[in-house]
Amino acid sequence: MKLIMSATALLAAALLGGTSVRAADVEVVHWWTSGGEQAAVSVFANEFDATGDKWIDGAIALGETARATVMQRALGGDPPDASQFNPGRQYEELIAAGLLLDLTPLAESEGWADFVRPAQIAEPCLIDGKWWCVPVNIHMQNWAWASVAAFQKAGLEVPTTWDDYLGALPKLQEAGVIPFAVGGDGGGWQISLLANQLILAQLGAETVEKIWKDKDLELAGGADVLKAFQTLKGLGEYADDGSPNRSWADTTSLVIQGEAALQVMGDWAQGEFQVAGQKPGVDYACLLGPLVAEPKYVRTGGDIFVFFKQNDPEVERAQLSLASLMVNPRTQALFNTAKGSAPIRDDVDMSLANDCMKAAIDVLKQDGSVVPDANQWRNEAFTTAQNAIFSDLIYNDATTPEAAQAQFVELLRNAE
Amino acid sequence: MGKLPAIIGTLPMMIVAIGVFVIGIAFTVVLSFTNTKFFLINIDFVGMRQYDILWSTPRWLQSVANIWLYGFGHIGLCVVLGFLLAVAMDQRIRGEDTFRTIFLYPFALSAVITGLVWQLMLDPIWGLQAYVRSLGFADFTFAPLANGSTALYGMIIASTWNGVGVTMAILLAGLRGVDEEIWKAAKIDGIPTWRTYISIVIPMMRGATATALVLLVVNTVRTFDIVIAMTGGGPGISTQMPATYVIDSINARNVAQGTAGATVMLLPIAALILLQAFFRWRAARIKARAV
Amino acid sequence: MSAATTTYGVEPSGPKPRRVTPARIGIYAFLIVAAIFFLIPLAVMILTSMKPMDEIRGGNIFALPLNPTLDYWVKAWSSACTGRDCNGLAPGFFNSMKITLLAVPISIILSMLNGYALSFWRFRGSELMFGLLVFGAFVPFQVLVYPIIFALSSVKLPWGGTLFGTLPGIVIVHSIFGMPILTLLFRNFFASLPGELFKAARVDGAGFWRIFFSVMLPMSVPITIVAVILQVTGIWNDFIFGLVFAGRENLPMTVQLNNIVRTSTGTVEYSTNMAATILTGAVPLIVYFVSGKWFVRGIAAGAVKG
Repeated sequence: MKLIMSATALLAAALLGGTSVRAADVEVVHWWTSGGEQAAVSVFANEFDATGDKWIDGAIALGETARATVMQRALGGDPPDASQFNPGRQYEELIAAGLLLDLTPLAESEGWADFVRPAQIAEPCLIDGKWWCVPVNIHMQNWAWASVAAFQKAGLEVPTTWDDYLGALPKLQEAGVIPFAVGGDGGGWQISLLANQLILAQLGAETVEKIWKDKDLELAGGADVLKAFQTLKGLGEYADDGSPNRSWADTTSLVIQGEAALQVMGDWAQGEFQVAGQKPGVDYACLLGPLVAEPKYVRTGGDIFVFFKQNDPEVERAQLSLASLMVNPRTQALFNTAKGSAPIRDDVDMSLANDCMKAAIDVLKQDGSVVPDANQWRNEAFTTAQNAIFSDLIYNDATTPEAAQAQFVELLRNAE
Repeated sequence: MGKLPAIIGTLPMMIVAIGVFVIGIAFTVVLSFTNTKFFLINIDFVGMRQYDILWSTPRWLQSVANIWLYGFGHIGLCVVLGFLLAVAMDQRIRGEDTFRTIFLYPFALSAVITGLVWQLMLDPIWGLQAYVRSLGFADFTFAPLANGSTALYGMIIASTWNGVGVTMAILLAGLRGVDEEIWKAAKIDGIPTWRTYISIVIPMMRGATATALVLLVVNTVRTFDIVIAMTGGGPGISTQMPATYVIDSINARNVAQGTAGATVMLLPIAALILLQAFFRWRAARIKARAV
Repeated sequence: MSAATTTYGVEPSGPKPRRVTPARIGIYAFLIVAAIFFLIPLAVMILTSMKPMDEIRGGNIFALPLNPTLDYWVKAWSSACTGRDCNGLAPGFFNSMKITLLAVPISIILSMLNGYALSFWRFRGSELMFGLLVFGAFVPFQVLVYPIIFALSSVKLPWGGTLFGTLPGIVIVHSIFGMPILTLLFRNFFASLPGELFKAARVDGAGFWRIFFSVMLPMSVPITIVAVILQVTGIWNDFIFGLVFAGRENLPMTVQLNNIVRTSTGTVEYSTNMAATILTGAVPLIVYFVSGKWFVRGIAAGAVKG
């Protein structure tokens, strides 16, 4: 019955065609499925619906799956109207294949290049003078989230440095809390993120760029990086049995409940603490760096949206309307507050943002503080292989840090 | 001359046979010698480069090692348990229908369901381990999926639960194809039952055994759904399979690498077919000589 | 047909039992232990789906629910979430129904024609086609995923879009991959029919289609039942084709099941997950329990190799 009715509705819509009111459906694929993320994406959906057009939600759990689905649909000639990606090289094939809507006229008329800051945030979308995507937020990935209650249970202060934390691990275990919270779903992206942030915290921005951007094999195969691999291996021994196929949000939930002590995760985790009604500094601690006493860097990733050419002027109008809405100050404030991320422009009222966020925005404003995510330099094939190497290091007893490092160097050597 | 309608009627078959199984496979094989990312643009032939990368990628090597271990474990257990169950079922037992229904129902369930149920059963916090511990055995440890060195065995348990029944059904059919007279003869000669099974009955069941084995091998090479539902390939890469490597590579916009893996996956099938062709050729030669 | 499908169900051939002996007790013990192993997951599924998470905690997966409830079934069916979509499995059920109801008859009719032509109307190259098709039965699906995405997306539909990600697209994919086994099944069936039947019809002047519809079709009812069972369970249980080819509007139940289970809600809610699992498995299970022996023949037929 429902089928027949929707078929009739479709037919009617087709017959009425241009005479109907100016409204179009815009199907948006994203992978924001956790509680905090849904609160954030609802901002976009509600604001957009209020304009008269309609947000058709295409949530697909897990970024890897969502991106794969979008790519297959693009190859199959049936792409969604808009799709989330991480800024960087994830959508370079789409640009090369000429499948994306060119947003340059809109961006120029609204002056995106003037207000999107810092410049590194615009770069992944502004390629050779053309805007191919809309940056919607700045996520800072180099955070650790700690449960105050869990550390108290072990009679410990929340640590502020890696040395303190690594020293606390056995005591946490004795106290019956999970010392280190991490999840291994989606091929191990959480562990790659951890490895990236750990290397940044311990070896600095220059090393990160040399390894992932310049493919400095000597450095990547050197003693300093080996030490980071050894630390990773050590951390893996303090993860719990439920870790291997767990999502980041379920992992964060363990920290929220005080069952686990600390998780290294991007600031999207903050959305979960907010949904749970927890207060930074009271219930949980946010440690930028991660776990660096005086953090100098923010590792910026974030989310961007691309819009696919649909050869339908009405849809295109609605797509551009959505693109414009995503960057306007009001939406930016509401969305980023809910998401736990920083806005892509300075003139946004972030009075609602909490202390963690404000501290990060202060660092963000300093010169040379921005370290882009490795996605900006390496493609998804690289990322997938990298995830495998790091998660194998953590979960496979037989894999030594030396072996994992050798694999990583080999991967870099072959990277395009 | 009357054959035209037959050709029209089998047109879909010809399209599938040639269009899908010949051209499709050729397409896959050709792509494996290129640098194709995802869309068919900017493509160069790169020779064996994808295969060089493939065989130097730890995840692929692990996948290949896994499929062997998993294959031997799963197929071995299915055949041995399936045979034992079939023999037990063949002893004029009561409630044969009930037992058969019980042994076979898992096969009606998809690999996704099998994976999800066993994920719960093997979950250290919720599943069997917690149950046995609650009985008072506080040190009992049975959480194969939590550890990279044992996860594959957890998957073997699950897939064996799913697949034993069908193996049993096929082998049972084979057992019942054995002539009643043979049993009588063996009895008269005073041969013990177990010896009759081993030296007379099993060799006579070659057909059923081959059928069961081929089915198991074909399904094992394809193993994909259960990995996705049960472990996502983890912990780490410990339960990755060639099929998940292929699909993940395509998904990560590394089509050429994925098709290289896919081409390698064809090899066992090609070997099976060559083997069969060889036996046919030999049989034909023996026949020709006999004439 | 192979021995596997024709001789199934005849009397046990093993040695005659001698009263109650230790060996017989052993046999029953073995069968009962095995039966328990096979039944445990079903019990866990059902028990878990009928009680809240608190009652599962602490190793109580086998405990009977204190207050048995079907709330989780209702939730799994109609309100479990995948992202912002909280429509449960129901849409997936209807999608799987649509896909199955279309793909089963189409694939069976096509394969029946193949089997019929291969048995009675061989033409130059028909055996080669058959050989290629049988080869196809062995090919891992993953080898063909990319070429088929490519092929389907190159077929433009008159109402816009391409075959990729549509209901006709996924039906075609199922018909393609069902064809090798089904064709084999029907070819072997038709080949076992007496040739006189066909010759008599030919003498009467009947052609390809008339013999098919008036002679062969009515005779193939039993084998068709086997084929239907094979296809219904196979297509219903499919995951990877649905995932890749069905498109957002037609995602089958298995894919939605996996999505629901994977959607993070902070903690894994096994009650709902197991209820969803039972609901997804219900159709093939019912087919299995209702069709009994036919099902055994069906799966055995699926295993038959020429």
